[in-house]
Amino acid sequence: MWNDLLTLIWIIIKIVLVIVPLLVAVAYLTYAERRVIGFIQGRFGPNRVGIWGLGQPIADAVKLFLKEPIYPARSSLLLFLLAPILSMAPALVVWAVIPFAEGWVVANINAGLLYILAMTSLGVYGILIAGWASNSKYAFFGAMRSAAQVVSYEIAMGFALIAVLMTAGSTNLQDIVLHQQGGVLHWYWLPLFPVFVVYWISGMAETNRLPFDMAEGESEIVAGFHVEYSSMGFAMFFLAEYANMILISALAALFFFGGWLSPFEGIPLLGSLFGWVPGVVWFLAKVFFFLLLFIWIRGTLPRYRYDQIMQLGWKILIPVTIVWIILIGLAIEFRMPPWFV
Amino acid sequence: MMNKLKHFFKKFLLWEILVGLKLTGRYMFKRKVTILFPEEKTPLSPRFRGLHALRRYPNGEERCIACKLCEAVCPALAITIDAEPREDGSRRTTRYEIDLFKCIFCGFCEESCPVDSIVETHLSHYHFENRGENIMTKPVLLAIGDKYESEIAKARETDAPFR
Amino acid sequence: MLLQQVVFYFFAISLIFSASMVIFSRNPVTSALFLVYSFFNSAILWMMLNAEFLSLVLIFVYVGAVMTLFLFVVMMLNIDTETLRKGFIKHAVLAVGVVIVVLVLMMMAIWTGNLAGLPDIQAPANYSNTHALGNELYTHYVYAFELSAMLLLVAIISAISLSHHKPKRKTQNISSQVDAKPKDRVHLINMSSEKKV
Repeated sequence: MWNDLLTLIWIIIKIVLVIVPLLVAVAYLTYAERRVIGFIQGRFGPNRVGIWGLGQPIADAVKLFLKEPIYPARSSLLLFLLAPILSMAPALVVWAVIPFAEGWVVANINAGLLYILAMTSLGVYGILIAGWASNSKYAFFGAMRSAAQVVSYEIAMGFALIAVLMTAGSTNLQDIVLHQQGGVLHWYWLPLFPVFVVYWISGMAETNRLPFDMAEGESEIVAGFHVEYSSMGFAMFFLAEYANMILISALAALFFFGGWLSPFEGIPLLGSLFGWVPGVVWFLAKVFFFLLLFIWIRGTLPRYRYDQIMQLGWKILIPVTIVWIILIGLAIEFRMPPWFV
Repeated sequence: MMNKLKHFFKKFLLWEILVGLKLTGRYMFKRKVTILFPEEKTPLSPRFRGLHALRRYPNGEERCIACKLCEAVCPALAITIDAEPREDGSRRTTRYEIDLFKCIFCGFCEESCPVDSIVETHLSHYHFENRGENIMTKPVLLAIGDKYESEIAKARETDAPFR
Repeated sequence: MLLQQVVFYFFAISLIFSASMVIFSRNPVTSALFLVYSFFNSAILWMMLNAEFLSLVLIFVYVGAVMTLFLFVVMMLNIDTETLRKGFIKHAVLAVGVVIVVLVLMMMAIWTGNLAGLPDIQAPANYSNTHALGNELYTHYVYAFELSAMLLLVAIISAISLSHHKPKRKTQNISSQVDAKPKDRVHLINMSSEKKV
């Protein structure tokens, strides 16, 4: 009995240890985004609150907390309140199976990759329900657009991850990372490069980020599915979007860039020189790089037109991944070194 | 044929997007053009047309002679002037008011003034806290003129060769 | 064990509740959302049976893809609930009959199938659901599996070809747009009247 209780407490501590830094990271990701996009556009971005503007996310959070929540007339209130929660919860729940370093994971389950696919596919409900419950045309348009978009790109993303699990021969995330051991050239980005590109593009589409932010589309449908939201409901949608960004980056690091493995592994001098660095540092560095890439791409590309998004998803990304899956099948059959032995 | 192949690979390797990323990446490290306002300010022209002021001669006598040219020229009808002879018989204003809500800061009043009395200063950061404060009365305008006389005179001097 | 029972009964009751709400709720969108919720509940029940692959696929496929599209369609439709309610009494007799038949069949399956007598299978620790399913599907049931895959493919193709007439649609050929080069669009000509610099 006491043992059970201790296990429970230990699990709760682990969850807190994952969620709290995650939420802080989400807050500072909004800051980083505004700063980096500012830099790209020749501005400084927010630099007033605290040193270098580091207090900005906290100020924003306080502002959003203190704002009055507004409920639109003739909306279905229960669903309206449920929607932000439904978009936030899947974004957090997925982190249960993400290994930060060897053994540093809340739940090391066998079907980790499937779990991730299942949970990320739930995120679209938040958007759909928000759009429908708001009783607003623009919100509804945003919901429709994003539902179609997310479902289409989920297929491409699922195929991309199938390529990964074929190469690794496992759906356990730790096993996938450990299978990439042996230096930069053993990581999956090299044998699975087209798949990685497809994963990345569909990851951006899944999180409704530019250039695929049809769901928001400020210049076309004002703010899409969350036009009618204010105060904390609005903040929840933002938290969910940024948590999903971090998730997609973390998954890219795990699946294609060797997770917590050191990039200097196997190189004679550098390998031993950097041997003392704990794995979690490498992991976070990789995640940080991909987050920067997210923001960088947002600062570079304009928004896609809706039919072009669909065309890209269905007619290009899915065929590319299917072809590559067949090639990988052949490579596994003929045991092509060094990845498929 | 070769060209087509090259184009095909360019398309699938996202070449144009990489070129775009390179451009924005370069801009990330460029010098920023933002001016951090309260600490830094953009240079101000001596011809800047800000808040109005009424000037005095060095001996303390107000310049305005109530000729009402500014009132006549004002396109926004923002200036109201009443005039009466003073005790010493000179022609002076009893009322000189500018409604800043009407004023469009065109600077015609300053140009029309034969005695350089009404001027527009470099002041642009001002605010009102109560209704009615938007109407600048004669004492207020004179006070502004007294306070910033040196700056006003300097600006007129630097601009003089170009007039 | 007690905890497991509590969890089971909680989700079983909530499954039954949400399943009946699918029928009873007046709004088609809430019906669809209750259907999603009942899928979710049954996924959890499957998870408790150690069928993690099936339960996650249920969420991934049905909740993540099928129900999203379903909801998508239901939201777009403007269903007139009044006309749907009209023949309630008339059809109720038939509906009750069907329900009774289904109930009887299920009861018979449960009683004669002796499901209660099945041994409580304890899987070994490193047992992987995914592996086992894959093994079965691609060895024992490979023909059935491939045949059903073929059937689905045919269904997709026929659905597309039925709905996709060769029409007078105005669409852009995006790849030709991307392929276009400046010299395809702009002709620079020297005019005789132009002054040579």
